[in-house]
Amino acid sequence: MDKKIIRIANGQGFWGDSILGPVRLLREGPIDYLTLDYLAEVTMSIMQKLKSRNPQAGYATDFIKLLQRILPEAQKKGVRIIASAGGVNAQACLEAAGEVVQNLGLSGVKIATVTGDDILHRIDELQAVGENFTNMDTGAYWSEVRNKVSSANVYLGAAGIVEALDQGADIVICGRVTDPALVLGPMIHEFGWQFDDFNKLAAGTVAGHIVECGAQCTGANYTNWRKIKDFAMIGYPVIEMESNGEFVITKHPNTGGEVSIESVTSQLMYEMGDPQNYITPDVVVDFTTVNLKSDGADRVRVYGIQGKTATPFLKVSASYSSGYKAVGQLTIAGPEALEKAKICADTIWKRLEYDGVTFPEKNKLVEYLGAAVCHAGIAREPAQSDEIVLRIGVKDEDRARVDRFGMEIVPLVTSGPPGVTGFAGGRPKATEIISYWPSLIRKERIQHAVHVESF
Amino acid sequence: MKIKLSEIAYARSGDKGDGSNVGIAAYTDKGFALLKHELTTERVKKHFSHICFGDVERYEMPNIRALNFILHDSLGGGGSESLKTDAQGKTHGLGLLYMEVEVDSQDGFLR
Repeated sequence: MDKKIIRIANGQGFWGDSILGPVRLLREGPIDYLTLDYLAEVTMSIMQKLKSRNPQAGYATDFIKLLQRILPEAQKKGVRIIASAGGVNAQACLEAAGEVVQNLGLSGVKIATVTGDDILHRIDELQAVGENFTNMDTGAYWSEVRNKVSSANVYLGAAGIVEALDQGADIVICGRVTDPALVLGPMIHEFGWQFDDFNKLAAGTVAGHIVECGAQCTGANYTNWRKIKDFAMIGYPVIEMESNGEFVITKHPNTGGEVSIESVTSQLMYEMGDPQNYITPDVVVDFTTVNLKSDGADRVRVYGIQGKTATPFLKVSASYSSGYKAVGQLTIAGPEALEKAKICADTIWKRLEYDGVTFPEKNKLVEYLGAAVCHAGIAREPAQSDEIVLRIGVKDEDRARVDRFGMEIVPLVTSGPPGVTGFAGGRPKATEIISYWPSLIRKERIQHAVHVESF
Repeated sequence: MKIKLSEIAYARSGDKGDGSNVGIAAYTDKGFALLKHELTTERVKKHFSHICFGDVERYEMPNIRALNFILHDSLGGGGSESLKTDAQGKTHGLGLLYMEVEVDSQDGFLR
């Protein structure tokens, strides 16, 4: 008896991940679906800004470049692509993808958008019906930031992706969806899982959580790193899902890295809050019910997963402008480098103070890279170092004050202790701080929309 | 004898708002029992005293022999607000593995 298995690979862990992930996944072994994650918390705010300047902008343009490279092979092999590349302008992304289809001389390619996540233009309407957007982490009131908000998007679940696939889409372009929804969508589409079959939805969600950061479940970032071979050609993850919700995490043969109990466990722990209540739009997953067993070389079977009824809410990710920041650095070489770096930092603050520019301690940063910065108070601090990177920064409401700070770093090269260099980046410029504001909204306020075009 | 947690466990960390999450998993059942006993929230908070300025929460995941810690206020504001090199707590997992614990022998702990 043939057991139906669908193979879903994730080729992009975040916007900026290696383009070789998806390219190699298509080349090096069988897959049915390729998912690509292009979102980070602050991405939408950047997208809104781009769109306000150019109505055809506001999506992940990297996705279009990737499509140019992989679409012929994906079409030939019948691999469907699901990407959270739509940003705040999924329609423009669809049109750009359609152009790629035509430029490549392909035809009969169906492209879908899944939207409804962008609620920036609906804020007043939603407040009028009682949504308060209170910060779910801090309890702070929305009125504190309302006038500074530059983006507001709901995390959608898998339903829109399922509909797009049901309508025959070869490429699905989403706005903001949860990372696990990208892989849960095709599972529901293929197996006809019901939206109240919470154990299966939970299984698909766990699978999505494991692969959402690409190679982080195939040996990358494993703390016992000497065991991992060939980071250069590391295999990206492939889920082999069965209709009953059991699945195997694997990677293609002859690729680097490893899939092991440890590599999968590592990623199960990643960005975990309360493991018994991992909340998504579709299901609440109990990660303490996840069972792992080895299923041969580079294969781990995952089973027994239990889920609970989804909550009546969706999460909203809003962003707002909250001042400016600048960080610069200098390299200090030669004997007594750490001591000299401390003098450099002190000098910068004193010169700014002379000009009446001071910052509260909490808005200042001084790091001596090379002297236990990331593991302050834990790792050994070298008693003496012959080379230190001074990393120094500030944040402030006032852009001019942040720029003034930026002017006092490079002068240390000629007006401080000896051996100061590495200022090639020049003066650090003030950049806007985009802060993140999480809240909840009742599900009935949000309706996703699916739109399909053929090219 | 003293043993480093890196010999008996592995870890992964990432950001959770202005805090980080640090997951640590033991290679063996005996190692997990030791982690559960040794890694109290107080001890973890003290270990990260130069990094974590908020509360520490602790969750158990016995199915994968893991503990999950949330280190509140450990990212200098988190996300785009942070000035820190490790604004996402990516290295906090390795940081926990530096901790040393007292054991009678290495038997039953090592990978």
